[in-house]
This record gives sequence, structure tokens and C-alpha cells, in this order.
Amino acid sequence: MSWLPTSVSGRIYTALLLLLAAAPWIILWADQPFLLDLLSRGLILAIATISLNLILGYGGMVSLGHAAFIGIGAYCVGIPAYYDIYNGWIHLLLTIVVSAAFALVTGTICLRTKGVYFIMITLAFSQMVYFTFVSLEEYGGDDGLVIYLRSDFPAFMTMDGPVALYYWIFGVLLLALLLVHRLVHARFGRVIVGSKFNDERMQSLGFNTYRYRLACYVISGVICGIAGMLLGNFTSFISPEMMSWIRSGELIFMVVMGGTGSLFGPLMGTGAFVFLEQYLPEFMKLLRESWLEYWHLPFGLLLVALVLFGKGGIHGMLTRLDARRGRTESD
Amino acid sequence: MDWNLLLTQFMNGLQLGLLLFLLASGLTLIFGIMDFINLSHGSFYMLGAYFCGSVVARGGSFLTGILVALVGAFIIGAIVEWVIARRLYREDHLDHVLVTFGLILIFDTLVHIIWGPAGMAIPLPDFLNGQITLGTLVLPIYRLVIILGGLLVAGILSIMVTRSRLGMLIRAGASNRTMVEALGVNIHRLFLVVFAIGAAMSAFAGMLIAPITEASIGMGNEIIIIAFVVVIVGGIGSIKGAFYAAIIIGLMDTLGRSYLDDLLKVFMSVHHAETAAPALSSMLVYILMAVVLAFRPQGLFPPAGAR
Repeated sequence: MSWLPTSVSGRIYTALLLLLAAAPWIILWADQPFLLDLLSRGLILAIATISLNLILGYGGMVSLGHAAFIGIGAYCVGIPAYYDIYNGWIHLLLTIVVSAAFALVTGTICLRTKGVYFIMITLAFSQMVYFTFVSLEEYGGDDGLVIYLRSDFPAFMTMDGPVALYYWIFGVLLLALLLVHRLVHARFGRVIVGSKFNDERMQSLGFNTYRYRLACYVISGVICGIAGMLLGNFTSFISPEMMSWIRSGELIFMVVMGGTGSLFGPLMGTGAFVFLEQYLPEFMKLLRESWLEYWHLPFGLLLVALVLFGKGGIHGMLTRLDARRGRTESD
Repeated sequence: MDWNLLLTQFMNGLQLGLLLFLLASGLTLIFGIMDFINLSHGSFYMLGAYFCGSVVARGGSFLTGILVALVGAFIIGAIVEWVIARRLYREDHLDHVLVTFGLILIFDTLVHIIWGPAGMAIPLPDFLNGQITLGTLVLPIYRLVIILGGLLVAGILSIMVTRSRLGMLIRAGASNRTMVEALGVNIHRLFLVVFAIGAAMSAFAGMLIAPITEASIGMGNEIIIIAFVVVIVGGIGSIKGAFYAAIIIGLMDTLGRSYLDDLLKVFMSVHHAETAAPALSSMLVYILMAVVLAFRPQGLFPPAGAR
């Protein structure tokens, strides 16, 4: 069975994808519809973290404003829906055009800076988007918008019903993984990774790294915008809170927890994050009834421990497992 | 135009600017010297308010509260530096963001456990609680105290930084850390002291504002982002830059909130001006930062010899 991945991490990731593909049936069989909701939300966030990992993990561009794209995507569903336009193709086209335009304009400015300045300027732009939507009173302002119907894709897959929406999300997730995989293994990805480690050297090799990085930033923004479009459909309630800087910080947390610069790392990190967010409070409650509200304490301690001791995140741990078995990574 | 209102708003802007300076001066030193991004700097702001509040609630005087807040934050700051930050100076900025994000969660929850979820009001002593009248203008004494207190600390800090040996090392560290190390200075002790002083100043700011807003969980998490904007606009590692940027941003934010709608009404309809103004004034500081970063990334007043 030579087509089976040989490394532990490769096997785990293959099994995970197969499990995700079959998840709705398992969940319906076990009669736990809530789990499908949790899984759908997790996969949407995973699409967003996969897009963030493309610039952060491979390109070394630490954006503290990526949640802005989630908000843009969500409002590209919400605002047309407010005018009773439910055609999904319009939503999708709008999401792609607006997030690409936003990424192009802000990226042109942001990518002139490096390091901590990049972190701060991406934060600045996302805060501007945040306050713009807060001020749009027509579309609910601070209170947000309710989306009454899901995006409608005539003569294509429907989004109605939890299982149909789940497969939509799963499909987009697979496409995002495939796209990132193709990109980073192409010349494009080599330039991006090379520019992360030594930009001057890449430039003296004749690459206009600025353009490559800008293209990478735009692609990442569009993928994240589409995640936002799915999130708008999933939650059917959207508000500017989706793009506050805390949300962007959480996205970074998920990427790092999974392992930066690996294809499946963001998926694992997001899974761990969503799982902890859901079950840590319940675990605390088991210890003592009144501790339910204190779940942020072990969460914060975990975060500190992760940075101090857990280099490389979940993916890093798995590859270390591989190294111990004397096998090479194959992802 | 109502000149009294303008003057009051000006004082409010100055007050916000000085609070921002108290936060940003520590932040910019930690940033400039240790190259460490400390998101949890706002937690000391919160801790300062709660420390002072507990002392006052137990019948202690306001001045004892100030002292306890300063010393408490100094010690906790030193512990955080000793146990966590010290190991990460040479690591990626990403690690700093994550670890201090974790610290915010830890401090917020600890405050929740110790003091409960509700905020804590801090009553002012009588001698600070009055108002003084200047001509037609009525000013609360406490606002003046905040402004004078902020200016006093700014003055002490500037004398310390420009005249003392510690200040000399701090300035040297901000412009070239490696050189200071090579000259045989105990850099670890310098880092510890800078971190702890920064924490104490942050606590001082939180404690000053608490009698007006009351102490609450997460009170530092909003203002810390603005303090970061101040640091970037002023130039990382520059106390002088932090001071001017803090005053500019404090005034811009406060005056923007009260006068931008009038200004916009010149260009657009009253209705549109009234909806656009609040958002635009919240955005102003970020627009300023984006413009500074795009055209003068080293900030307005970068420290001498900074890269």
C-alpha cells in the first residue's frame, strides 16, 4: 500500500480528512446535531487560519488585522441580503472583488513596512474597517444585521440545511488546502518563503519580491473573505464584533498552536482552539460548579506554556514524533 | 463658538494624552530596549486601579493606595519579566504577542476571581473632590490633579532619562543594545528595572483614571492599543516621541469626538455628518498611524542612532 502516507503526521492528517468527510453521517447516527454546528464553525475558522498561515507561516507577514476580511466577506452576504438579493453567485463575486480590492489597497501600503510595523499597520487598517461598519447605521451599526435566508446558488449545490452547508464548507476547505499546497510548492511559494528568510538575497536573484508578497497577501485576503461569507451564512447574524482585533489575535493563536508554515497545522490549531473554547468551561465546571467562568485562566496558562515550551505547535510535535521514528515528513 | 466648552475639551484631551503617555513611555522603553511587544502592559493599568481601590475600600487613605499600587505593580512587573519575558527577548515578535495575550487572559481572570465580576468604584478623598472656578470656567480639581500628576511624572522621567546613570544606560540601550552589552553592563538587571518601572507607571495611569471611570476587568485592553499607536507614531524607544505623540493623539481623539461633526457639516448634509463623525473620529488615530508608517516608518521622533 505504497500510496499510504508513511509519516505519522501524514497518516493522522489523511485520517482526519476522511473523518471530516464522513462526519455528518456519524453525527446524525449518534444524534448529536450540536456537534455538526461546532464542526461547521471550526472548519470555517480553519479556512480563515489556512489563509492567514499563507502569509504568516510561509511569508512571515504577521497580520494582526486578518479578521477584517472575515467581516468583509460576511457583510458581502449581509448587505445584499438586506436588499433582498439572495443570489449566491452575486454574494461570492462581491466577496471576491471587495476583499481583493481591500487587500490590494492596504497591502500596497502595508508591505512597504516590515516586522512590528507590519503588525501595527495591519491592525490600523482593520480597526478602520471595524469603525466603518460600526458607523453604518443603515446596516445595523454596532448591533449588526440578521440574515434571514442563506445564499442561494441556483442550479448548483444548495446551502439550506446543516448538512448541505457543512459540505459547502468542507468543499471550500479542501479547495483552500489544495490551492495553498499548489502555491507553496510552485516557484511562487519558493519566492515567498525565500523572501521571509532573506529578502535582499531574493531581490538580488532578480525577483521583485514586493509583487510576489502583494499577490500572496491578496490571495490570502480573498480566501479569508470567502471564509467570512460562509460564516455569515452559518451564523445568520453578523456584527462588527467579528472583526475586532481580539478576533485577529485569536486567528494568530490558532495558526501558531497548530504550527506555522505547515499545510495542516492551521486545521489542527483551529480544531484545538474550538475544542478548548467549547469544553474547557465544562471541564472547569466539573471540578467545581463556580469555576465555570474561570476557564480563561487555564487557557491563558496554556498559551504561555505553548510559547515557552511547545515550539512548532501541534504539527511540530507530530513531526518530532516522526523524527524519533526515523521517518521523513511527507506533507 | 463656545470657548468654555473648547477649553474643557482641551483639558480633557490633555488628560487623555497624559494618561496615554504614562502607559506609552513604559511600553516604548520595553519595546525599544528589549525589542519586546508587551500587550499585557494594559493589565498593570487594571491592577493599579484594583490595588488602589482595595486599599481605599479597607479604609486606607488615597495616598496609601497610590503607594501600594505603584509598589505592587513594580513587583508583579518584575516577576513577569523574571519568569516569562526574559526567556523570549531573542524570540520572534509573534511569540511576544501570544505570550502577552495569554497573560492578559490570566490577569483578567485572576482579578475576576479575587475581586469579582463587577467593577469597583473608588471614592475620592474630600480635598480632591471639589471644583475650582476660574472666571466663568468650572474645573473639577481631580482633573487638574491628573494633568499635574502626569506632567510631574513626565518631568521626573525626563530628568531621570537625561541626567542619571540609569537613564544614560536606558538611552544607550534604546539606540544600540548590543553595544551596551559589550561594554559590560549587567543588561539583565537593566531590563528587569525598565520592565518593572514601566509596569508601575502603567499602574499609576490606571489608578489615576479609576476614580472617574471605576476599576473594571479588561479596562486596559482598549487603551493599550491606542498606547501602541502612540509608541509607533512617536518612534519606538523614544520617550520624547511618546510624550508628543501622546499629547497629539489625546487632543486629536477628544477634540475629534466633539468637533468633527460640526466640521463635516460644512461639506455634507447634517444627517450624514452626524452618522459619519463618531466613526471617523474613532478612526482618526489609526489613520494618523497608517500615514506615519507609510511615509516615516521610524516615527516622528526616533531615538538617536536607532536603526
